[in-house]
Amino acid sequence: MSAIATPFPESWKLPYRGKVAMAGLIIGEAAIFTIFVVAYLFYVGKSLSGPTPAEVLETPIFFTICLLSSSLTVHLASKALEREKRASFLGMWLSTIVLGGLFLFGTAQEWHRLIYEHGLTVSTNLFGTTYYSLVGLHAFHVTAGLIMLSIVASFGLAGRVGVEQAPRIGVLAVYWHFVDAVWVVVFAVVYVLGR
Amino acid sequence: MAQRVLAVVAVFVFVVSAAAAEAPSGGISNIFAPESTPAKSILDLSVFVLTITGIIFVVVFSLLVYCLARFRAKASNARSEPAQVYGSTQIELAWIIIPTLIVVVLFLASARVIHAVQDAAMPAGAVEVTAVGHQYWWEFRYPKLGVVTANELHIPVSDPARPTPTFLNLLSADTDHSFWVPQLAGKTDLIPNHPNRMWLDPHRTGIFLGQCAQFCGVEHAKMLLRVSVDTPEEFASWVQSQQQPAVEDEKVAAGKHVFETTACINCHAVKGTVASGRFGPDLTHLMSRSTIASGAASNTPKNLRLWIENPDAVKPGSLMPAMKLSDSDLDALVAYMGTLR
Amino acid sequence: MSANAMVLENVQSSDRTWLETLHEWLTTVDHKRLGILYILSALFFLSLGGAEALIIRIQLIHAHNSFVSPQVFNRMFTMHGTTMIFFMVMPVLFGFANYLVPLMIGARDMAFPRLNAFSFWLSFLGGLLLYFSFLGGSGLYGAGNAPDVGWWAYAPLGGRAFSPGHSSDYWTLALLVSGFGSIGTAINIIATIVSMRCPGMKLSRMPLMVWLYLVMSGMVLIAITPLSAAQIMLLIDRYLGGHFFDTQAGGSAVLWMHFFWIFGHPEVYVLVIPAFGFVSEIIPVFSRKPIFGYPVMVAATVAIGLVSTSVWAHHMFTIGMNSYANSFFAITTMAVGVPTGIKIFNWIGTMWGGKIQFKLPMLFCIGFLFQFLIAGLTGILQAAAPFDWQLSLSYFVVAHFHYVIVGGIMFALFGAFYYWYPKISGRMLSEKLGKWHFWLFLIGFHLTFDLMHIPGLLGMPRRIYTYEPGRGWDTLNLLVTIGAFVQAVAILIFVWNLIISYWKGEKAGNDPWDAWTLEWSTSSPPPSYNFATVPVVASRRPLWDLKHPEDPDSRYE
Repeated sequence: MSAIATPFPESWKLPYRGKVAMAGLIIGEAAIFTIFVVAYLFYVGKSLSGPTPAEVLETPIFFTICLLSSSLTVHLASKALEREKRASFLGMWLSTIVLGGLFLFGTAQEWHRLIYEHGLTVSTNLFGTTYYSLVGLHAFHVTAGLIMLSIVASFGLAGRVGVEQAPRIGVLAVYWHFVDAVWVVVFAVVYVLGR
Repeated sequence: MAQRVLAVVAVFVFVVSAAAAEAPSGGISNIFAPESTPAKSILDLSVFVLTITGIIFVVVFSLLVYCLARFRAKASNARSEPAQVYGSTQIELAWIIIPTLIVVVLFLASARVIHAVQDAAMPAGAVEVTAVGHQYWWEFRYPKLGVVTANELHIPVSDPARPTPTFLNLLSADTDHSFWVPQLAGKTDLIPNHPNRMWLDPHRTGIFLGQCAQFCGVEHAKMLLRVSVDTPEEFASWVQSQQQPAVEDEKVAAGKHVFETTACINCHAVKGTVASGRFGPDLTHLMSRSTIASGAASNTPKNLRLWIENPDAVKPGSLMPAMKLSDSDLDALVAYMGTLR
Repeated sequence: MSANAMVLENVQSSDRTWLETLHEWLTTVDHKRLGILYILSALFFLSLGGAEALIIRIQLIHAHNSFVSPQVFNRMFTMHGTTMIFFMVMPVLFGFANYLVPLMIGARDMAFPRLNAFSFWLSFLGGLLLYFSFLGGSGLYGAGNAPDVGWWAYAPLGGRAFSPGHSSDYWTLALLVSGFGSIGTAINIIATIVSMRCPGMKLSRMPLMVWLYLVMSGMVLIAITPLSAAQIMLLIDRYLGGHFFDTQAGGSAVLWMHFFWIFGHPEVYVLVIPAFGFVSEIIPVFSRKPIFGYPVMVAATVAIGLVSTSVWAHHMFTIGMNSYANSFFAITTMAVGVPTGIKIFNWIGTMWGGKIQFKLPMLFCIGFLFQFLIAGLTGILQAAAPFDWQLSLSYFVVAHFHYVIVGGIMFALFGAFYYWYPKISGRMLSEKLGKWHFWLFLIGFHLTFDLMHIPGLLGMPRRIYTYEPGRGWDTLNLLVTIGAFVQAVAILIFVWNLIISYWKGEKAGNDPWDAWTLEWSTSSPPPSYNFATVPVVASRRPLWDLKHPEDPDSRYE
C-alpha cells in the first residue's frame, strides 16, 4: 500500500547510480588536475635555473596516439558487451590494456631520458617540480585504471563477464575516457603551450 | 519569556559598558582614531558601510521581533492550522532587487577607496623605506638616505600643503608577516618573493603602535612595531645621527672585543666596524631605540643583559641563541652596547 | 496511519553480547548506524577542540600571561581550528545527511553502503592521525609535536625550512585522508539523491534540506579537492625536494594562499548550507506553514554554490593584489550576500502569518536567525576591501567567523539535535535540561563573541599567545574567556541530556512534532529497512496530504 493513493507515476526511471557516482568522481578529479595545471602554467618560464621545456622535451606523439586509441577500443568493448558479443568485448578490452600499458612505458622511457641525459628531476627547478607532478599524477591515474581494467580482464577471461555487467563496465569505461581527456589537456599544456 | 529576554539584555548592556569603560581614551591602536590619509579614508568608508548595514540590521531585527511576537501560537488558536501560503513572486522580487542595489552602492564606494589608496602616485617629497620582515623583527632601510635600523620606524609628519608621505617597500627574508599600525594605515603583508608597497602620511607627531599581524612562527606575538612620527627638524636630526658610523669609545674596548670575537658579528652589523651580519638587527645605533627584541622589552641595561644572556627569558623561541658568555664578558659587552647611540 | 509505520516481526532482536554489538557497529554499512557513528565521532572531537579553545582563552585572560608557552599556544589554535572544521562540523553534518537523506527521499539506504562505511572510517581515522601527532610528531626546533602552523599552514611556514620534523605532516596527511572520506560521502549523497528517490518524488518535490545537501555535496567535490591537490604539492615539496611553495627557488607563497582559499571559502558554505537545511525543515513545522518560496530558496542555494567559488581572495585583501583584483573580489563577496540574505527573508516569510511554537528546536532556529543576520552583516563589512585592510587578521575576523559557525551553524545543529533525536532514539530530549542548555549557551555565546569584535577594532591581531597591557584589550579578553566557560557548561548539559534522555526520555512515537516529511511516517527509531513498503508521493509534504486530505499540497504545487 502506498503512502498516498495518488497516481503512481507510469514510469519512474532515475539515472543509474554508478554513472552518477563516476560523474561525481570525475568532477572531483578534474578539480585536482585543474590545480596542478594552474600551478604548471603559473610557473612556466619562472625557473631560476636548470633545463627548460624547450631544451629537453620531445613530443610523445606515438604514445599519445596509443592512449587516445585506447579510448576507442574501450568504447567498442563496452558496446560489444551490451550486445553480448563476449569475444569481441574481451579482444577490445585487452587491446585497451595493451595500449594503456604502452603509454605508461612511453612515459617511463621519457622520464629515464630526462633524468639520466638531462639531469632533470623533481627537485631541479620549478619546471622539474611541476612537470613530474602533473605528468606523474596523470600516470598514477592511468596505472590505477589499468589495474581496474586488468581485474575485469581476469574475470572476463574466466568467462564471468556477461551482459548483466555491462552497466558497470560502462562506468569503468567512462573513467578511462576521463583519463584520456586529462591527457589531452596535459599534452596541450606541457608540450604545446608550455614550450 | 519576554521578561527573561529583557533581563538578559540588560545584564549584557551593563557588561559591555563596563568593558568599554576600560578602553584607554584616544586608543593607542584604535582603527577608529586615524591619523593618516589611508586610515582616514578607511574610516570614512567604514562609517558609510556601518551605517547602511546598521539600517539593514535594525529593519530585519525589528521584522523578526515583530513576527515572533505577533504570530506566536496562542492557546486560543493552537488547534487549527494557519493559512498555507507557498510564496509570493512580488515580495520575493522586491527582496532580491533591493539588496542588489545596496550591494552596487557599497561596491562603488569601496572601489573608489581601493583605487585611491592602492594606486596613489608617489610625490617628489616622499620618504622611501624598505621594510624587511624577519622572524621576529623588522628591518628598516632608507636607501636614499643611507640609514639602516630595526624595529622602530622614524618618519616625518606630512603637511597636506606640502606632503611628505612615507612609502614603504615591503619584503620578507623568511615567512609571511604583516605591517599593521592601525592609526596610520590598513595592514599590508610582507611575503617572500612578492614585494609589496604601502604608504603613510601621518597628520600629527607622536608615537604610534602596531605589530605583526600575519602568523609568522613562535614569536609572532612579540614582533611589535613602534612608529615615531617626527617634526621635519626632528626627522632630519634623527637621519643625520643614524647616518654616522658607530661611536668609538676607548673605555668599552673590552666589550667591543667580545662582540667582535664571538659569533655576534655573524648576525649583527655595526657600521664602521668589522661586524656586517644581516641575519639580526643592525646595532649601530641601538641606544637610539626605546625597546629591544622588537618591543618585547624596554631598552634598559638590565633588560639588555638578560636578553643577551638568555633570549628565551625575554622572547621564548626567538632565533637569537644564548651566547653562554661569562659574567665579566657579559658586563663588558653590555657596557659596549650602551655606547652605541 | 500509514502502513509504513508497521514493523515487520523477527527483524530486530536484542539478545546479543556486547562484543557482538560492538562488532556489528564497527562493520555496519547501514546509513542510520553510520550517521550515528559520525555524530558520536563529532561529539568526541568537539570535546577535544573545546578543551583547546579553553586553553587558548585561559592564556589570553590577561596581558603577559604564562599559562602555556608560545609553542603550546600555537599548537592549540592550530589544532582547535583544524579539529573543529574537519573533525567536528563536517562529520556531524555528514552524519545528519547519512541518517536523514535516505529517509526523506523514501529510500532504504544510501546508494553505496560500503563506500559509506569506508568514507566514515577514513574520516575518523584521519582525526585519530591528527591527534597522534601529540605523541609521534616533532615540530619546530625539535621540541614539540602537534602541528603549530595555523589551520591554513601558510607557505613557507609549513615548508621544510620552517617546519622541520613531522608535525606539519600530521596536519597534511590527516586532512588528505579525511578529505578523501569527505569526497566519498559527497559522491554517495549525490548518487543517492539523483538515483534513489521514491516514486513520485521529482527533484521539485524533495524536502528543501535534501536540495541543500545536494548542493553542499557538489561543492565538496570542487572545494575539498583543491586542498587535496595543494597538500600533495606540499608533500612533494617536503619529501621529494619539490619547489611548489619554495620561495628561495622562485616558488610562490601566494600560490598556496590561492589554492588554500579556493578550498577555504567554498568550505565555509559547505558548512553553512546544511545548517540552512535544518532551519528550512524546522521553521515551517513550528510555524505550521510550508517554507515560503521553495523555488527561490533552491535557486538561491544554487546561486550561493556558484558565486561562492569566485570570492576566495577576500581572505587575501592584504597580500598585495592589485586594485582591480581587490575590486573584483569585493564585488563578488558582496554579491554572494544577496542570495544568502534572501534566505533570511524567506524564513521570516515562513513564520509570518503562522502559529509559532517556541519549542526547543525552534528556539535554537530563532537564535540562528538573529545571529546569522549579524554574522552576514559583519561579513559585508569586511567585503568592503579597504575596511578589511584594518579588520583582516584581527580578532574582528575571529569574532565574525565564530559568529557564523557557533552562532549560526551550531545553533542550527542544536535545533536539529532536538528535532531529530526523537526519531533517532525513540525518546524526547528533556525540555528542562534543554532550556538550561539554550539560555546558558546563548548568554555565553553573546558574552564571548559580541565582545570579541572590539579588541579587533582596537588593533588586536589574531594568533598571538600574549599581548601588551594598556591597549584596552585586557578586560574584554577576560569577559570573552568567562563566556567561553559558560558555553562549555551549556554543552556539558547538552551532552548529559543526550545521554540521560536515551533511557529516561518520554517515548516519542512516530511523529512527535506533527511534521510533514517522510522520515516521520516510519517508527522511531526506524526499522533497518526504513519503510515497510516504498512510499509514493505526490507533493513536497506527503504527510500533510495524508493528514489533510481535503486540502492537499498536491493541489497547489
